[in-house]
Amino acid sequence: MFELLGIPPQVLLGQLLLGLINGSFYAVLSLGLAVIFGLLNIINFAHGALYMAGAFVAWMLLNYLGIGYWPALILAPLIVGAFGILLERTMLSRLYHLDHLYGLLLTFGLALIIQGLFRNYYGISGLAYQIPDILSGGQNLGFMYLPNYRAWVVIASVLVCFTTWFMIEKTRLGAYLRAATENPTLVGAFGVNVPLMIMLTYGFGVALAGFAGVLAAPIYSVNPTMGEQLIIVVFAVVVIGGMGSIMGAIVTGYMLGIVEGLTRVFYPEGSAVVIFVIMAIVLMIKPEGLFGRPA
Amino acid sequence: MTDSAANVLLNVSDLQGWYGESHVLHGIDFEVHQGEVVTLLGRNGAGKTTTLLAIMGMLEKRAGSIRFQGTELIGMQPRDIARKGIALCPEERGIFSSLSVEENLMLPPRIADGGLSVERIYNLFPNLYERRGGNQGTKLSGGEQQMLAIARILRTGAKFLLLDEPTEGLAPVIVQQIGHTIAALKEEGFTIVLVEQNFRFAASVADRHYVVDQGKVVDMIPNDQLEKNSQKLHDYLGV
Repeated sequence: MFELLGIPPQVLLGQLLLGLINGSFYAVLSLGLAVIFGLLNIINFAHGALYMAGAFVAWMLLNYLGIGYWPALILAPLIVGAFGILLERTMLSRLYHLDHLYGLLLTFGLALIIQGLFRNYYGISGLAYQIPDILSGGQNLGFMYLPNYRAWVVIASVLVCFTTWFMIEKTRLGAYLRAATENPTLVGAFGVNVPLMIMLTYGFGVALAGFAGVLAAPIYSVNPTMGEQLIIVVFAVVVIGGMGSIMGAIVTGYMLGIVEGLTRVFYPEGSAVVIFVIMAIVLMIKPEGLFGRPA
Repeated sequence: MTDSAANVLLNVSDLQGWYGESHVLHGIDFEVHQGEVVTLLGRNGAGKTTTLLAIMGMLEKRAGSIRFQGTELIGMQPRDIARKGIALCPEERGIFSSLSVEENLMLPPRIADGGLSVERIYNLFPNLYERRGGNQGTKLSGGEQQMLAIARILRTGAKFLLLDEPTEGLAPVIVQQIGHTIAALKEEGFTIVLVEQNFRFAASVADRHYVVDQGKVVDMIPNDQLEKNSQKLHDYLGV
């Protein structure tokens, strides 16, 4: 077996896979943030809390109503999305004419409240969520062992990211969204109901977070702080990719997951900060982000 | 010009408008008849563009009366006004850079039957047909962008068009083409309000001219009496 810089390939590939899985979550979450930022001009700090809520909703559906993983994969994002729409209608919609900072502060406050509520009722020790039977076990690929559920996470996230990208970049609905991102006033003057679009877009972006939460439930324990830890990294991903760039958010998400995995192999001490180091470098060299347009 | 009240499509009376705190329209009065091309002439900052924005409901604060086919538009949202059959081609053209040429053309939703077919539009604007595969609407030349901005509102079924300085900054040959287009649209039964600074161009396409000065309509000159009034007009426009 070949060795690279004294690293056994099993370790390398194992970390690459782990990086790809983390990247899957980064991609789905930063995609939601990018969609929301594009149209609403709001930096949705509640995204991590809503991701966590997605995992909890899946857990509750199972433990209180006996609804399993597969229905939860659809239902939990819908529930989280509906909750997002409620937030948008009652609170966020009052801030659109103000600076980004107000939306950020409001959603930051909401994140703390949502997280606090779950912490109050469920503690911080974490709840277990079983991997669905059909995805338990794994494949021995010869050079490494691939758990089925982790493979599914990567596939599901790629599918969701691709579908979202396709909807936004290639369909008529997406053309409305892109146009309204650029000039909502003019799109409204063409007879399009822009406030409705904004509401549904927020609901959709947040539903993506809920979806990621359900995907995460069987891997990480369902925990009130699970979103808090992740969201800071995801914000760095969005900054690196470029605020509001759909493809940028997706590609950067996977890429940085892999970079993080590789760092864990070659320089483990740096793995926790590598994304932030990249963010700092990107901000210095190309402040609009790798895929962003110059402002 | 017809005086029959039944033919009045748009009636603006004592229209007041504000940008934030600053009061810019101080009582605009004019009317537009079915099938007419009417211009709003005036110096920079006279309130012509603001008047169009007020009609479209895009001004934050407005007062007075804007009646379109008998319906009062003051207090209505822009999207509801658009669905009454009014379409705006804004001064800055408003071509979307994240949309392809074709997406830009197809963007405004159909609000009524009777819009021009895409074939007819490409027929009116052959340049757009050649450029339809373009990835980015804003990569077009200024003239092409202007044509695209006009073309996209012809599909929707809106028959009342507000065109804000469509000739601004364009080469004479393109100005001429836009002039032909406006004449063709009039033939097709469109009613057009045109904001212009280019007085010669206005004279070549319009039936009547309203002169706007300091947020008020100060005069109305039918196109056939333009010669007689040219000295007066020169004084108004300061040309």
